[in-house]
Amino acid sequence: MLPALAPFPKGLTQAALDTLMPMHVALDAAGRVRATGPTIGRIVEAPFGAPFFDLFAIRRPEGIGDPATLRARAGERLFLRSRGAEGTFRGVAVADAEDGTLVNLSFGPGIIEAVRRYGLTEADFAATDLAIELLYVVEAKSMIMEELRTLNVRLRGAKNEAEQQARTDPLTGVRNRRAFDLALDEVLSGQGARPFGLMHVDLDFFKAVNDTLGHAAGDAVLRHVATVLTQETRTSDTVARIGGDEFMVLLPNVADRARLFEIAERVISQLSQPIDQSGKRCQVAASVGLWSSVGAQGPLLNTEILAQLDAALYAAKRQGRARACFAPDGYGSAWPSRP
Amino acid sequence: MHGLINRSIQCFLRETFGAAFWQHVAQEARLGIDGFEAMLDYDDALSEAVIAAAGRLLDRSRDSLLEDMGTYLVTGTGDRGLRRLLRFGGPTFADFLHSLDEIPDRARLALPDIELPALEVVEHAGANLTLWCRFPLSGAGHVIVGLLRAMADDYGALCLVEHRGEVAGAEVVGVSLAAAAFAAPRPFDLAMPPV
Repeated sequence: MLPALAPFPKGLTQAALDTLMPMHVALDAAGRVRATGPTIGRIVEAPFGAPFFDLFAIRRPEGIGDPATLRARAGERLFLRSRGAEGTFRGVAVADAEDGTLVNLSFGPGIIEAVRRYGLTEADFAATDLAIELLYVVEAKSMIMEELRTLNVRLRGAKNEAEQQARTDPLTGVRNRRAFDLALDEVLSGQGARPFGLMHVDLDFFKAVNDTLGHAAGDAVLRHVATVLTQETRTSDTVARIGGDEFMVLLPNVADRARLFEIAERVISQLSQPIDQSGKRCQVAASVGLWSSVGAQGPLLNTEILAQLDAALYAAKRQGRARACFAPDGYGSAWPSRP
Repeated sequence: MHGLINRSIQCFLRETFGAAFWQHVAQEARLGIDGFEAMLDYDDALSEAVIAAAGRLLDRSRDSLLEDMGTYLVTGTGDRGLRRLLRFGGPTFADFLHSLDEIPDRARLALPDIELPALEVVEHAGANLTLWCRFPLSGAGHVIVGLLRAMADDYGALCLVEHRGEVAGAEVVGVSLAAAAFAAPRPFDLAMPPV
């Protein structure tokens, strides 16, 4: 038969308190330190007999500055600051059987920093404390974050490359039709504030090069054209290959007709020089249609602009090859496209 | 299988046998990608294909390759890797061994969707214990053998670890601890080392 069940034992030994609460501070009725747990003893210098309120300030709740008040507020969550050591603590006080007070402390969110600063080990925490699990999770999560960070860097690189490819003509390295359309839309959306000019460059005799000298020669000619156009324009201009032997150049802030003519003449002159492709002479020429935002009646549609540009190119071809032309007055969206 | 596991396999192969070898493995396994991403899930068949391809190309048995991978998981990742996370298992090698059955729960604290080998620890007389390892990837017990040998070194313990085959769907790993403090342990600080 079991003996009669005794009530909870009156006192725990100091060793038992140290095991259960390695960060406790035991005070007498006058608020003087009688004992400290081993861990708090390593962090805060709290000699036997030192007044508790000389060692710690209670930041919240406000108004707890003497032993009697502390005892009266037993059970409440306390936010404390050490006066001597770095760091803040969470705590709770309970009255003991001898008119004294037992204050148990823990680190709160400052735990990571405290472990580093005081070189704490597993032995500094109660066996039931979840501090080690917390440190473990923080470390595991930082490793995962690091993985994700490197993944993000890789993805950003891949994204930039894919975007670049999506806007580039693989043969010549200049922009493609899609990139040109985007650039034109962008400059049109800022219409009025921003004048601009366009050049539509169409090669003459390109088919002859392809047919007689082969596709490799044709490709070399296209790359040469792209190089000339890039050299004759600024980096802020958009040079694009929009079709087989058709190129388009968008020149923001260049709307002066004479200036556009000048650039076109330079391009035409350079492209009329024969180029050497593996010992074979490739001779092409370029016709250029020109368009300027000066005098244009807004709002402009890109389809209208492209139709006018088309008409300009047609006019250039009709004047004989290797010419540059603006669209004749009155050409607009209603004008039939090139026959 | 979780991307972290696949990425560990990839890192092991790439860092042990070279980047070119890894590319060769990826090709041979018909992976269709350059490599695994840590935070994505992959079909188990891909992990199997990679391990099989690496074994074929190296002319190594699956078991010995997986055991080397277990060692790599501890020793190959420097001071910021899995080795540190495993040392959270306890201050001594014996504590660590008894923490092994908590590994899946611990891992889920950080990554709720990760599945790691379930390890059941059974203690015997003396300093012997048996681990029952259950995992979808066959041969995971050999990874555990390599990992435990490396962790014993880390703790400075001397022990015998051996794979005892498969019983009722579980791989059985035997551990006999000869000396808990045989050599100086590698230092372990609860605080994370600075980046």
